[in-house]
Amino acid sequence: MTVPRIRFTFWKAVFLAIMAAGVYCTFLRFFRGLGASTNLSDQFPWGLWIGFDVMCGVMLAAGGFTLTAAVEIFNIKRLHSIVRPTILTAFLGYLLVCAALMYDLGLPWNIWHPLVMRNPHSVMFEVAYCVMLYTAVLAMEFSPIVFEHFNLQKPLRIIRRVMVVFVILGVLLSTLHQSSLGTLYLIMPNKLHPFWYSPLLPVFFFLSAIAVGLAMTIFESSMSSKYFGRELELSILRDLGRALVVVLALYGILRFEDLYHRGVLKLVFISGYEQRFFLLEMFLSVVAPLGLLLVPKIRESGKGLYLAAVLTLLGFVTNRLNVAITGVENAVGARYTPKWTEVVITAMFVALGFAIFGFVAKYLPIFPEEKVHIPALREPEARFAELAVPVHAGD
Amino acid sequence: MRRRGDLETEMSKGILYDATLCIGCKQCEQACATENGLPYDDRIAAQEFTSARKYTAIMIKDDKFMRKLCMNCDDPACASVCPVGAMKKTALGPVTYDKSRCMGCRYCMAACPFSVPKYEWDKAVPGVRKCIMCSKRVADGKQTACAEICPTGATKFGDRDELLEEAKKRIHDNPGKYMPHIFGETEVGGTSVMLLSSIPFNAFGFRTDLTERALPLYTYQVLSRIPDFVPLFGTLLGGIYWITHRREDVAEAEAKEKEHNGGGR
Repeated sequence: MTVPRIRFTFWKAVFLAIMAAGVYCTFLRFFRGLGASTNLSDQFPWGLWIGFDVMCGVMLAAGGFTLTAAVEIFNIKRLHSIVRPTILTAFLGYLLVCAALMYDLGLPWNIWHPLVMRNPHSVMFEVAYCVMLYTAVLAMEFSPIVFEHFNLQKPLRIIRRVMVVFVILGVLLSTLHQSSLGTLYLIMPNKLHPFWYSPLLPVFFFLSAIAVGLAMTIFESSMSSKYFGRELELSILRDLGRALVVVLALYGILRFEDLYHRGVLKLVFISGYEQRFFLLEMFLSVVAPLGLLLVPKIRESGKGLYLAAVLTLLGFVTNRLNVAITGVENAVGARYTPKWTEVVITAMFVALGFAIFGFVAKYLPIFPEEKVHIPALREPEARFAELAVPVHAGD
Repeated sequence: MRRRGDLETEMSKGILYDATLCIGCKQCEQACATENGLPYDDRIAAQEFTSARKYTAIMIKDDKFMRKLCMNCDDPACASVCPVGAMKKTALGPVTYDKSRCMGCRYCMAACPFSVPKYEWDKAVPGVRKCIMCSKRVADGKQTACAEICPTGATKFGDRDELLEEAKKRIHDNPGKYMPHIFGETEVGGTSVMLLSSIPFNAFGFRTDLTERALPLYTYQVLSRIPDFVPLFGTLLGGIYWITHRREDVAEAEAKEKEHNGGGR
């Protein structure tokens, strides 16, 4: 029992160190400007904060719409118990994306401008509206958890009756803006390297969001079982693993067909800067996880699924960074590596994501139907939580 | 705000820069700085690139010159991608920028095929900076500052259609003098600024592989489908919900009936 305690304080120290550095970098960003706090330049107007905090942030939050669609719309009941953590992840993810955007925007106090100054020809305008509306939808999808905690029966009944509308709206909005993050780059046919520039970019971004949504759910369930002493829902994770195989296979085949039809396939065999990053991306996102998951023994084990999920996540993070950074370096004639301040701010948002998830999971009924199996100390509390949660299975 | 249709009734203005007439005196740079209230000295004059403090630059390659400035595209990517409409293509030709609308997303910079828009990275309240083809002067019926000052006529201001004809005529009448290419005639759908040169444009860093299609069409062909997609996909999702949950209702009713029958025995 002492090992987890040490780990806890260690991570707490890491968290506090990152936060302290984050506060200092926040000061640098807002009082010294973007030039002093980033390695951005006229050649490279978008860097780590767009490439990771926004593009990957939205992608990593895709579990919310993937799982709500599977459970609420396709009515796959056995996945029900893992919907809430994914909604929490998505809600947190989008809030953090919005916060990170405030750092990247040159004039963040004008962030509300798209509300009244509309340019419907702009992909960014569409993304802004979708992200804003979807964050509101996620707040609605999250609200029953809060109502349950405070035992507010009336709002709970009302929200449950209209929930299906929010679920459909959420899936619709997610489909639109997950793909639109790819559409953003369609305006750069002469800037983005042909490995990544494709008319199918929106489709790739959407499919990979689903893959990441599934992988993120596996990752998150494994982490919860490790740190919150929750039973690993292995049968559910196996189902997700199978779904991941199908989505990754579809994605891989489509990427291959796209490269073939655009005549780019030969570039894969010519050594180069972009080629190395492309191969790394394809290995991490498609080859390695598919290879692992096609072995029954690995696919059935919790550790195997976890490993495949982590590889998938790393692979698609590489993909987004390739699109945002690697793929345009040659065309603009400059290399970009983030400044330490940029890395610290990004690390701060990741750390905040983990910390707030842990905090909320501790105090709100995120795992409503769980069979709590360990910490004896917390058992009365957990039992109380179980009592406070109305039976949820049938709604 | 003018609508697209007005473009046809009103002559769109343009700039023709003929590098073979240029003597590299850089008076256009000076006039541009004065017009836009920017500092100008020997150090800035020596810079052969544009920046947030220099909207046009004379580039020198051996004894040849070339001007860099915003091309003021006919269908500009920057105006198309701007979520708040801070960048606008005016009917007269200039592509203008309104800082009071801007939120600083810098999509215009990422999208510009000529990497023209520059950012005030060192300011706490930064804006995008670029040549706006002297939009105020042009609206008042005057020439751009650079064209007005040019002592040799290398930079010429006028109606774009007429300038294009003249550029074609110059190439036709002087065989071997020019590259057989008017940079800006068809690049990304055509630009208000057009360039003539005696040596290849890529010697000055201009991309000669640019598409002739207006860039906003690439995103518009996806965006324009969204209004159709929303009701279709929404209905599909609602329909799937309806069917999957209907099956469940039936199963529940049947189970109840069985129970009822069982109890009746």
